[in-house]
Amino acid sequence: MPKSRLGDSAPVRSNDDVPADLWEECPRCKQFLYREDIRPLRVCDKCGYHFRLSVQERLAVTLEEGTFEPWGEEIEARDPLSFPEYAGKLVQHRERSGASEAILVGRGRLEGSDVAIGVMNLAFIGGSMGVVVGERVALLMERAAELSLPVIVFCASGGARMQESIISLMQMPKTCAAAGRLGQAGMLYVSVLTDPTYGGVTASYAFLGDVVVAEPSAAMGFAGPRVIEVTRLRIQPGVQTAEFQYEHGMVDLLVPRSQMRATLAGLIRWARGVGEP
Amino acid sequence: MSQREPPLLRLVGELTQLTAHLNRLREAPVVSDEEASDIARLQAQAEGLRAELGQAFGRASAWERVQLARHEQRPYTLDYVEAFVGQFTELHGDRAYGDDGAVVAGLGWVRGHRVAVIGHQKGRTARERRERNFGMPRPEGFRKAVRVMRLADKFGCPVLSFVDTPGADCLEEAESRGISEAIAVSQRTMFELGVPIVVVVIGEGGSGGAIGIGIGDRVLMLQHAYYSVITPEACAAILWRSEERAAEMATALCLTAEEALRLGAVDTVIEEPPLGAHSDPLETARRIEEAVVGALEELGGRGPGELRQSRYEKFRRMGCR
Repeated sequence: MPKSRLGDSAPVRSNDDVPADLWEECPRCKQFLYREDIRPLRVCDKCGYHFRLSVQERLAVTLEEGTFEPWGEEIEARDPLSFPEYAGKLVQHRERSGASEAILVGRGRLEGSDVAIGVMNLAFIGGSMGVVVGERVALLMERAAELSLPVIVFCASGGARMQESIISLMQMPKTCAAAGRLGQAGMLYVSVLTDPTYGGVTASYAFLGDVVVAEPSAAMGFAGPRVIEVTRLRIQPGVQTAEFQYEHGMVDLLVPRSQMRATLAGLIRWARGVGEP
Repeated sequence: MSQREPPLLRLVGELTQLTAHLNRLREAPVVSDEEASDIARLQAQAEGLRAELGQAFGRASAWERVQLARHEQRPYTLDYVEAFVGQFTELHGDRAYGDDGAVVAGLGWVRGHRVAVIGHQKGRTARERRERNFGMPRPEGFRKAVRVMRLADKFGCPVLSFVDTPGADCLEEAESRGISEAIAVSQRTMFELGVPIVVVVIGEGGSGGAIGIGIGDRVLMLQHAYYSVITPEACAAILWRSEERAAEMATALCLTAEEALRLGAVDTVIEEPPLGAHSDPLETARRIEEAVVGALEELGGRGPGELRQSRYEKFRRMGCR
C-alpha cells in the first residue's frame, strides 16, 4: 500500500491490519478514513464520497435529538404468496438489521419545524417495497395530511419486493394515491433520493415529491442492473446516477449531505410562509 | 429464450400447421379418392390434437401460461379496438416530446357507451415490433395516456385501458426523459379522474409498465394473461443467478389470472376460448366486450367523488385483506 494514498495523517497499514470498527476505506478514492473523523455525516473528507447511512444515522443527522416518534411499527410483513424461502428471510432480516421492515416512518422536529418523516432501510431485504412499506408510506402521508405536517422521505431501495409479487406491485398505486391526497391537502412533500433508489420505488412515490432532492453520486433508475442484464441490452454507466437525472430535469437539487438539513428546513419554512430572516 | 419450448406451445404450433395444410387440401380443385382419405386422416389427427390441447390447457403450468400470454398470434389492443370499439379516432403524441408507438390512445364508442381508450400495443412483423418498441412504453407513452385520460375526464367519458406489456422501456432514452416520473404521474392521475375506469389485462401485465395504466374501478383479466412485479426470467436471475429457473419462479410469483383474482389484484377473470385467445380472436373480443359493457353499466350511475373515493379505498386495501 503506497503511503501517498493514505494521506499524511493516516498510519501505514496493510488492509488486513485495519480494524474494521475504527477505520474504513473510501470506495472511491481508496483513502483510509478514521470513522470518528467522518461522523456523523459519513462523507469522505478527501473526495466527498457519501457513505450510505443507516436509518438511525440518518435520523440523527436530520432531526433534533430525541424528537422522533415512530408510526405504524406494528404493521408487519406476512408471506402472502408463500414464496420460497421468504418467511425465513423475513425473520433473518429482522434479527440481523434490528428493524421491523424496510422503512421507518413517524414524526419528529427538524430545525424547529414538526415534520412527518420516512427513512428507508437498505439493510432490510435491499430496502425493497412490499406491503409493509406501501402501508407505512400511505400511513405517513395520510396522517401528515390530517396533522398538517410536511413530509420528507429518504428513499433507498432496490425496488419492489419480488417475494410479494403482485402485492408489491399494488403498493405503487397505493403510495401514488396517498401522495396525491397529501398534495390535495396542501402539504409539502420532499423526496430525497439516496444511494441507491431503483424500480418500483422510483416509479411511484420517490419521483412524486413537490421537490425531488438527490444526494451526489447516488445510483438511481427505473430498472436495476440485474434486470437490465436479463434484457440482453446495455445501459451506459453514468445514466443511472443522481447527476444524470439532474441534468435531464428529473431532480430539482443535488444536495451534499452537509447541506441537507438546512436545505430541507428552508423548503419547509418556505412552504409554511414563515422564516424569512 | 434459453428455455426449451413448452409442450403446450409445440402442440399449438402443430395444430396451426396442420389446420393450414388441411385448408390448402380442401381448397384444391380436384380431389381423388386417395386425397380424400388423406384429408379424412388429417382431420382425425387435427381432432385428436385439439382434444389433447384442450386437456393441456386445463393443466398448463404458470410458465406455459406466460408463454401463451406472449404468444405472437395473441390479439393485441388494436385488434380488440377494431373488433368492438366503434368510430375509433386515434389520438397521437404527448405534446412534449413525441408519439410513442407502444401506447395507443383514442376516442370511440362501445355499444352506445362513450369511451376513451388507452392501451399498450405490440407489433407483429419485425418492422411493427420495432415501431411499437416491443410493447415497451417510453415516458411519452404514459404522458400521452395521461393527456387522453384528462380529456376523457373533462367530457365525463369513461376510460377503457388495455394492459399488455413486458415492462416499460428502461434504457438510456427512457431514463433521460423520466420513465419513473412518467409512470408515477400516470398512476397518480388515475386516482384523480372523476370518471369510471375499466382496465383489461389482455396479455402481459409486466410490472411498472403495466400498473402505469392499470388502475381501475374494475380490473378484468383474460384467463391466460399474466400479471407480475417482475418477469420470471429476471426474478430467477436475481434470486438464483440463473434464468434456467424461470419456470419455477413463474409458479412462485403467483402470476396467473386465478392467483391475481385470489390476491385481490383483479376483480374478474374472463374465460378464453378453449384453445386460447389467439385461436379465436373474435370470440375473445366478444367476451371482453360483454365484460366491459357490464362494468361500464354498473359504474355508470356513480358520481366523480364517489368514484375517486372508492378507487382510493380499493387500492389502499391492496395486500391487507
